Amino acid sequence: MKTYDIVIIGGGPAGLAAAVSAKRSGTDSILILERDKELGGILNQCIHNGFGLHTFREELTGPEYAGRFIEQVEELQIEYKLHTMVMDISSDKIVTAMNSTDGLFEIKAGAVILAMGCRERSRGALNIPGYRPAGIFSAGTAQRLVNMEGCLPGRKVVILGSGDIGLIMARRMTLEGAQVQVVAELMPYSGGLKRNIVQCLDDYAIPLKLSHTVVEIRGKERVEGITLAQVDETGRPIPGTEEEYECDTLLLSVGLIPENELSSGMGVALSRVTSGPVVNESLETNIEGVFACGNVLHVHDLVDFVSEEAAAAGRNAARYVQSTDDASRGGGPLVEIRAVDGVRYTVPSGINVERMEDMQTVRFRVGGVYKNCFVSVYLDEERIQHRKRPVMAPGEMESIKLKKEELLKYPDLKVITVKLEEG
Amino acid sequence: MGKRELICIGCPMGCPVTVEMNGDEIVSVSGNTCPRGDAYARKEVTNPTRIVTSTVKVEGSCVEMVSVKTKEDIPKDKIFDCVRALKGLTVKAPVRIGDVILADAAGTGVDVVATRNAWPSCHKEAECQQAVDGS
Repeated sequence: MKTYDIVIIGGGPAGLAAAVSAKRSGTDSILILERDKELGGILNQCIHNGFGLHTFREELTGPEYAGRFIEQVEELQIEYKLHTMVMDISSDKIVTAMNSTDGLFEIKAGAVILAMGCRERSRGALNIPGYRPAGIFSAGTAQRLVNMEGCLPGRKVVILGSGDIGLIMARRMTLEGAQVQVVAELMPYSGGLKRNIVQCLDDYAIPLKLSHTVVEIRGKERVEGITLAQVDETGRPIPGTEEEYECDTLLLSVGLIPENELSSGMGVALSRVTSGPVVNESLETNIEGVFACGNVLHVHDLVDFVSEEAAAAGRNAARYVQSTDDASRGGGPLVEIRAVDGVRYTVPSGINVERMEDMQTVRFRVGGVYKNCFVSVYLDEERIQHRKRPVMAPGEMESIKLKKEELLKYPDLKVITVKLEEG
Repeated sequence: MGKRELICIGCPMGCPVTVEMNGDEIVSVSGNTCPRGDAYARKEVTNPTRIVTSTVKVEGSCVEMVSVKTKEDIPKDKIFDCVRALKGLTVKAPVRIGDVILADAAGTGVDVVATRNAWPSCHKEAECQQAVDGS
């Protein structure tokens, strides 16, 4: 059986940044396993610009952003296998994978970095009545068809869900000659970035209907039309508000789900809020030496934050395989981070103060739209941070920073609480 | 006197900004909470520009499409002209990030450049062949 110090599952933005960072931290034996025909993951189909403002201080397209990291992986001579599907990871870190040249094979890993990303929520999760005609696509599938395979999946389009991929595809389909009639959003606010609403919808006079959903899909062989209805505060359609639209295509941009079948198969504990692994300050799961980063851990809004988080996972995995004493490897007491009062979750959800880096980023999302609220951090009962934010929304990832020297002043610290407080 | 209603894209606040116009002249900008909103609104009503991204077909490579962008932002009303100029265009591999795909797109003076690489056959030949076979 072949052995590598670090095996990285997935060659998208998270896997690439983790690999580069692990290598730069002094670990040479690294293998990336990727199921697609090239590295780069979802970035390859995100041809629009707006990536990399934080990382490279310039606006890049998705393929360009991926290209910067792929270049580093090549320069650092990090090994990778394409067309390779990981079938199973055992709790003692034996990775079983297959491809058409090596067949089925096993690799013993010193540490594993989970970087499998996420997948789109599909029609099945939505309970929309009707037949199952052709013409219903997730927005990301349509994006791949248009941008990578050069096919236009339809000409008359309705989009359900105003997440960023849905908004981006409204513009993309319009530029390719399709007629995008409307974008409907169940919530009273859009889940996408303001910039995308202006530049993808307003620029092309595509209406956005908030508090609306699809209540019927018509057509047996191919989509022939859909019915939209307004919903009340509880999300239920209001009778009498139905509007019919003729269309041949329905795109769904209704959320992303971290892809954690491999993680749960090996016994990694998952969070019920994020559907991603529960991790400590090192982004290490409940299984020692198994780390997670990127969208498999929690869904991100900006790839820059994925790269930053994955770099930390790479450093920590390298430290894990290089260290000989148990204390720096893993385990030890954890201070719990509690997310309450509008904060839905935090990543990480626990910190080993001895092991943390000098500055620890804690990322989180809020549960609604909040204006002029304060983000507060409590060490047990004492408030140490109280920062005003003009506006926060579920679509945008938030973060706080914790200083190691500050936490070390509280040797009996039990709980760190992150919450929102009114002004 | 004319009025333009905009949503500022400077930050997640998304301030509703109103610009009062007298012909082509800006009389006042209101509704913004910071100077960025003012600057955005002035640019947006006098000279709105956008970066345009699209794809073109590529021959002789294991990928079908090459993604492209205008090297700089172009006037908003030239977006469709630019996309039309790219329609039906086919390029030959190899293509490298930054290669000019279409010079002076739709008379804007701005070049359209590639944003991904497309090698004649992937640098890993065996794997490239698999891709062509559709495995």
